[in-house]
Amino acid sequence: MLVNRKLILAHFWLAFAAFGVALVLGAWQMFIRSPLHNWLTDPEWYYRSLTAHGTIMGYVFPTLVAMGFGYAISESALEQPLIGVRWAWSGWWLIVIGAVMAMIPVALGHASVLYTFYPPLIGNPFYYIGVVLVVVGSWIWVALMSINLRAWKQLHPDAPVPFAMFANVAGSYLWAWTAVGAALELLFQIIPVAVGLKTTIDAGLARVYFSWTLHAIVYFWLIPSYIAYYAIVPRAIGGRLYSDTMGRLAFILFLVVAMPIGIHHTFADPQVGAGFKFIHSAFTALVAVPTLLTILTICASVEIAGRLRGGRGLFGWIKALPWDNPIMLAVAFSFILLGFGGAGGLINMTYQLDASVHNTQWITGHFHLIFGGAIVIMYFAIAYDLWPHLTGRALPDLRLMRIQLWLWFIGMLVTTFPWHWVGILGMPRRMAYYDFTNPALAPQAIPVILSVIGALILLASGILFLFILARAQVQPATEAGLYRFSEAVHPPVAVPAALNSYGIWVALMIGLTLTNYGYPIAALLARHDTSVPAVYVGAQ
Amino acid sequence: MNELFSFRNPYFVAAVSVAVVYFIVSAVVGLIVLPYAQAQPNFTGLWDAICSAAGLPRPTPSGEAPPLPFKVSNAVLTSTTMAHPNQQSIGRGATLAQRCAICHGPTGISRADSPNLAGQYASVIYKELLDFRSGARTNAVMTPFAKNLSDQDIVDLAAYYAYLPRLPAYHPEMRIPLPRIVIYGAPLRGIAPCGACHGSLDNKAGAPWLEGQSAVYMRAQLEAFASSERHNDINEQMRNIARTMTPEEIDQAAKYYASQPPEIVKAMQ
Repeated sequence: MLVNRKLILAHFWLAFAAFGVALVLGAWQMFIRSPLHNWLTDPEWYYRSLTAHGTIMGYVFPTLVAMGFGYAISESALEQPLIGVRWAWSGWWLIVIGAVMAMIPVALGHASVLYTFYPPLIGNPFYYIGVVLVVVGSWIWVALMSINLRAWKQLHPDAPVPFAMFANVAGSYLWAWTAVGAALELLFQIIPVAVGLKTTIDAGLARVYFSWTLHAIVYFWLIPSYIAYYAIVPRAIGGRLYSDTMGRLAFILFLVVAMPIGIHHTFADPQVGAGFKFIHSAFTALVAVPTLLTILTICASVEIAGRLRGGRGLFGWIKALPWDNPIMLAVAFSFILLGFGGAGGLINMTYQLDASVHNTQWITGHFHLIFGGAIVIMYFAIAYDLWPHLTGRALPDLRLMRIQLWLWFIGMLVTTFPWHWVGILGMPRRMAYYDFTNPALAPQAIPVILSVIGALILLASGILFLFILARAQVQPATEAGLYRFSEAVHPPVAVPAALNSYGIWVALMIGLTLTNYGYPIAALLARHDTSVPAVYVGAQ
Repeated sequence: MNELFSFRNPYFVAAVSVAVVYFIVSAVVGLIVLPYAQAQPNFTGLWDAICSAAGLPRPTPSGEAPPLPFKVSNAVLTSTTMAHPNQQSIGRGATLAQRCAICHGPTGISRADSPNLAGQYASVIYKELLDFRSGARTNAVMTPFAKNLSDQDIVDLAAYYAYLPRLPAYHPEMRIPLPRIVIYGAPLRGIAPCGACHGSLDNKAGAPWLEGQSAVYMRAQLEAFASSERHNDINEQMRNIARTMTPEEIDQAAKYYASQPPEIVKAMQ
């Protein structure tokens, strides 16, 4: 029952329009720092573009997708119109205003600090305030998801919460808590310096706060995709969800273990003790559990679909799958990219192995595989699946959608594999140009050119994606029917309270944050000799 | 709710015990076992192991760092140092500056291959005078002058010279093409483009603008940085750059900046 289609569509369109802009910037960055282009005479342009690319892709695009999809889930899974539509629109407007406010100083070159902020580098205050507005807008969504679930629970006291909504609210709680780290950094460290109340900043503490956000934010990006694995894929390919309980466990585990692991992003930082780095490394290993649970459950669900379609034998069911269905294609690509990205992630999270790839292009390759690959390809699938229900118009050309997904898949592999390779060779991240004429770097020129070709393929795929969505808007109106999610093989009848609510899991998430972050943050807060002068972008 | 957080709830018991056990095991390994596995020379015991792994700062095994064979700059600059000098300060600076005119020129433009000071950033003159006075930077002519300056004198001189308009120098050369070392630096040697600190791309506190300065002076300074004879760049940024520059690159950079016209603007604007 999708009632507020305009609201949901506004979120998706804004998300994908922003994505299109950031994609062009990304491709440009790949090109200008490759051997195909002369060195930039003003490297500042590169960092300006990089800041815009990261800010849009990290804060604006996935947040809007999670919000729009969240509203769609709330209405269709709970079968009740959204409560608080006006608030939802005000959240959307806050994101619009925040994104514009942040992007103006970036475009003018007053905030080329990259989306991870990098204090003591300090940019124009409007950039940070814009980011804060985006986050505040998304917190309205968090509150609305909680309110809508509560209203439903009051009407259905002992009924199991529909899986999609259970997962969606878990994601929103994860986001609410993980965004607190960046909020603390912005409000207490960066913004006071940016507006001139202070001239020094504790860069180490600020980085620890940011690491609080930096890893779990990836799981927030990932949650819509994981919901799509469980709640869309089995239905779309004509199967059943293998286990509803397994799905709930996976999202509960994400809620608990995505948070207390962020210090693995600061393995090379001196302000955190090696012991806490080890603890975070050990906890990071735990996030493999919900992902492996998901891979098992979804593979089983897909196998059910294959066997229902007449597939026989050990591998015959794979052949029987509906490979002409874009959702089938998307989930297969997503799993392959997730497999490679996850394998790289195991290397990054290992304290000792990280030393050889830290701050190299390996890392850039890794997070593009996970986010740009596994996650975003499922965003495409979500859009394709929802679009007929949102617009009331069919997406006519399955072939075009398959071409788009293939291009994205191939483009992402061609972009990220050479990145991993040159990273192992030692190529640093965040550089505006590289001296490929130097004999030491010359062998990296060919892989770098390959990755530029990958970026161009991705750009073509992104443009095709926007074209497919836009073209649907002018198709003749059709009735898409009721939007519904996958059914489990054994639909939940009675779910234990622990798997139908969040109390224990939110408490554990906060508790583990305190154990794993409490001392490193308190120790830095207690010291008074850790601040350094701020470096203002474009000062004097 | 009470049912949820109860030891009768198997989910609660399982989740909390797994989390607690996992935390304790990883904390014991991270804070005790690993420090013992790679014990430092000054390792004293269990508490020491925990403190070091928790990241508590401790003295280095060799005690204090050995003293450097030269004086280190103690000038502190931020982006706002000397940002708003007042008129009285500029006026006093004008009087004090008369004794500087013999080398730096009556209008702050040198005829003697000394730096042109007219329109130089106030924070730069402030820092260099402090360093000459403390001995962190030495020069046979400048050191005796700086020794007798008070803090207020230094502030006033910096304010005055920053106030003067930038003018073309007396030693302009033909415009020459931009050398590669100036425009791009050398990424593999860790050399940033000069303009990343010295003005054309960005300006970092303490970095002077260079356009129209004497080529002889700039070459001499780069060579002094390269040999560490000059060492008042607190993060060793100029020494590291100059050490890896070739003599040709030093020459090109010095000649290029000398040939550039200074913009006719005040640094304070």
